[in-house]
Amino acid sequence: MKPWSQWLWKVALPPVAFFVLVVAAWQVATAFWQIPAYLVPSPARVVDAARQHADDLASASMMTAAGALCGFGLSLVAGTALGLLFSQSRIIERSIYPYAIFLQTVPIVAIAPLVVMWFGNGFGGVVVVSFILSLFPILANATAGLTSVPPQLVELFEVYNATRWQTLWKLRLPNAVPYLVTGAKTACGLSVIGAIVGEMFAGYGAEGFGLGYLISMNTGNLDTAYAFAAVIASTLLSIAIFVAVTSAGATILARWHTTTTKTSTTP
Amino acid sequence: MSVSYAGSIQALKGIDCEIPAGQFVSVVGPSGCGKSTLLRAIAGLIEPTSGTLRVAALAPAAARRQAARLSFVFQDATLLPWRTVRGNLRLPLALRGVARAAQDARIAEALHMVGLNEFADRYPNELSGGMRMRVSLARALVTEPELLLLDEPFAALDDLTRQALNDELLRLWGAQRWTGVFVTHNIAEAVYLSQRILVLGPRPGRVVADVRVPLPAPRSAELRSQAEFARVTGEVADCLRRACA
Ligand SMILES: Nc1ncnc2c1ncn2[C@@H]1O[C@H](COP(=O)(O)OP(=O)(O)OP(=O)(O)O)[C@@H](O)[C@H]1O
Ligand SMILES: [Mg+2]
Repeated sequence: MKPWSQWLWKVALPPVAFFVLVVAAWQVATAFWQIPAYLVPSPARVVDAARQHADDLASASMMTAAGALCGFGLSLVAGTALGLLFSQSRIIERSIYPYAIFLQTVPIVAIAPLVVMWFGNGFGGVVVVSFILSLFPILANATAGLTSVPPQLVELFEVYNATRWQTLWKLRLPNAVPYLVTGAKTACGLSVIGAIVGEMFAGYGAEGFGLGYLISMNTGNLDTAYAFAAVIASTLLSIAIFVAVTSAGATILARWHTTTTKTSTTP
Repeated sequence: MSVSYAGSIQALKGIDCEIPAGQFVSVVGPSGCGKSTLLRAIAGLIEPTSGTLRVAALAPAAARRQAARLSFVFQDATLLPWRTVRGNLRLPLALRGVARAAQDARIAEALHMVGLNEFADRYPNELSGGMRMRVSLARALVTEPELLLLDEPFAALDDLTRQALNDELLRLWGAQRWTGVFVTHNIAEAVYLSQRILVLGPRPGRVVADVRVPLPAPRSAELRSQAEFARVTGEVADCLRRACA
């Protein structure tokens, strides 16, 4: 057998078969027990709803993607910048890092309404919720990468009288790149979750609506099939963004010639 | 000169010696006796706890900033994995602020010295351990140092590679006459390379013997089988054994 057909059999087939089985069981179960559609819609109804609202789902996905990517981008910039600050001053790191951990443990659903109140009922609020949720993994990994440079390399730079700026630019920052890739992979999924949670509290008004809005609105209206379709769209969106970030990361890591993936050991 | 680390570990005690410019000195001694500490003090990476240490009549850290170009070869190659061989050789030149045009010429020369022309655009993880060590040596030489400190640079290499790099080092020293301080566990290597050997006793390290190596200047591999070579090697080994007893 050729390698790709072997791959098809051994890797791709089992999950696909399982998926088909579950969907079939779900369809049969809804018909057999006559479960009302507003509780659990059958797969056929979900597909129907998706087809019927295809345009709205597509534009909502674009909206949510935009919010998530802005939040993710902000996290990358702010997380790296904060990490740089932490790597330059132990005192600043010691004073601020605990609050970064605190920020991570605050339940996002609890503060999302406040954020929306502060940053406005629109795109801005959504981006901020997405940013808050995705910041920590970037910050933790950036800090770890910038500070965990092998001591002999630091001494090498010292021997050549490198300035603080040169050590940062030519040693610490490149050393942090594999760590940042790891952080980005975790953060991009969180940014989608953050955007959806944000959209449940903040509408875009006349600008349009996102998947979070579709989920909460249709659950409220008992149009459960449509809500299911929106949930599936959010999952597909997360997967798409994760695959994009992972492959971009793999390209960068290949250029970096480090064999192992680096992770932070901080909580 | 003495050095203690935090936690009251005294690494070096009462080191008193002078190394004239242009001399190649080896330092041998049992593990943990403070050889690396000595090199790091000369490089100005740590300060003596008591006594004075001068490099070109200045405190070591000031000397490397103002007076003497210093290079350090660590036990590991310590190359930057994200830079090619050429990029790694460019690093110390860039840190020293050497002009770009001059950089390329020096890098080409250093690559030629260690015989790695063809590997200029490879990354460290594509090289063997011996080749990486050569790159590390080339990186130390590319800045045309006046003082070269080497901390067991060939310890992890097989005998054949080690001897080849010994010959290379000897040739380079013959041509450029930098001052060299070479730490090693290998007595034969120390005798083969240097004009003088400092034997350190167990921790806290102090100089227990200062042996001259009266072998003639253009040295080559045949030297290793000569009687005089064996005599000096034996003498150093005796000193070391007595110091550790
Ligand atoms: N950063 C440090 N902090 C505290 N103690 C240290 C430190 N570095 C070295 N020491 C201690 O100082 C002593 C001398 O260490 P050093 O590394 O100079 O020995 P060495 O002669 O180079 O040994 P080896 O041959 O094994 O490399 C050792 O006992 C070691 O435990
Ligand atoms: Mg040592």
